[in-house]
Amino acid sequence: MRRVTLGAAVFAALFLAGCGEEQQVTVYKQGKYQGKPDTQSWSNDPPANQLRGSTWAKGDRGSWESAINQRTMGQNEDIRIYKQ
Amino acid sequence: MARMKFLCDAERCIECNGCVTACKQENEVPWGVNRRRVVTINDGVAGAEKSISVACMHCSDAPCMAVCPVDCFYKTEDGVVLHDKDLCIGCGYCFYACPFGAPQFPQAGAFGLRGKMDKCTFCAGGPEADRSEAERVKYGRNRLAEGKLPACAEMCSTKALLGGDGDVIADIYRERVLRRGKGSEVWGWGTAYGPGKSGAQPPAGGKS
Repeated sequence: MRRVTLGAAVFAALFLAGCGEEQQVTVYKQGKYQGKPDTQSWSNDPPANQLRGSTWAKGDRGSWESAINQRTMGQNEDIRIYKQ
Repeated sequence: MARMKFLCDAERCIECNGCVTACKQENEVPWGVNRRRVVTINDGVAGAEKSISVACMHCSDAPCMAVCPVDCFYKTEDGVVLHDKDLCIGCGYCFYACPFGAPQFPQAGAFGLRGKMDKCTFCAGGPEADRSEAERVKYGRNRLAEGKLPACAEMCSTKALLGGDGDVIADIYRERVLRRGKGSEVWGWGTAYGPGKSGAQPPAGGKS
């Protein structure tokens, strides 16, 4: 009985191995950047005169991204043409 | 998490080179360098002429980063590929590796001088203090730190060139393509640019 169970387990392992998925893309390694460190865009104060988009809180990546995305939508003139 | 990308709509690009000029002006790009350029195929053939604006595509697995012998490239958290000009030795490996010819070398000096590499920064500056004079002189203007998008995309008159978070600009483009349709009806001013009236709909399946 034990032999059958063992055999079934080995068979199942080999059978399921066929379902495994190989990584198809190159995994990029960050490398060893030797230069000076840079600051993130959201670690700055928003400019005093914000023409379009919303403003963000200094250091808050989420609010910076939503401000940028709001400004990006300004490139979608379909909103202006069709949805007014 | 934002991944900054460019997307150019070849159906809309009219080869005006406004993006090239905007980039040159905004970043005060050195002589001999065009960070962005417009490529046209089938030039002069009616209906078959297509133009596309090309610059650094800020690759996810950037070959320039892989081949740089002095490791002067880095990728920001929002997916912009930048480099440190203080470290660059101007060897030109990145130029050979890049499929888009994005890395450029200033040639204004005597004897065909090959200076430090210069390329599109997605208007995100470089490794100097954000919005500082040193950053502007060396890398150009840091518009992302001002909450703005690259000048080329924002200046594009036909909105052929889109720039921003890849997911957001893909949504804009998808909506545009769905509205435009496919096949022979995607030809004509009204289909490409809309009827020009608020609240109106594009022409139903026909040329305009």
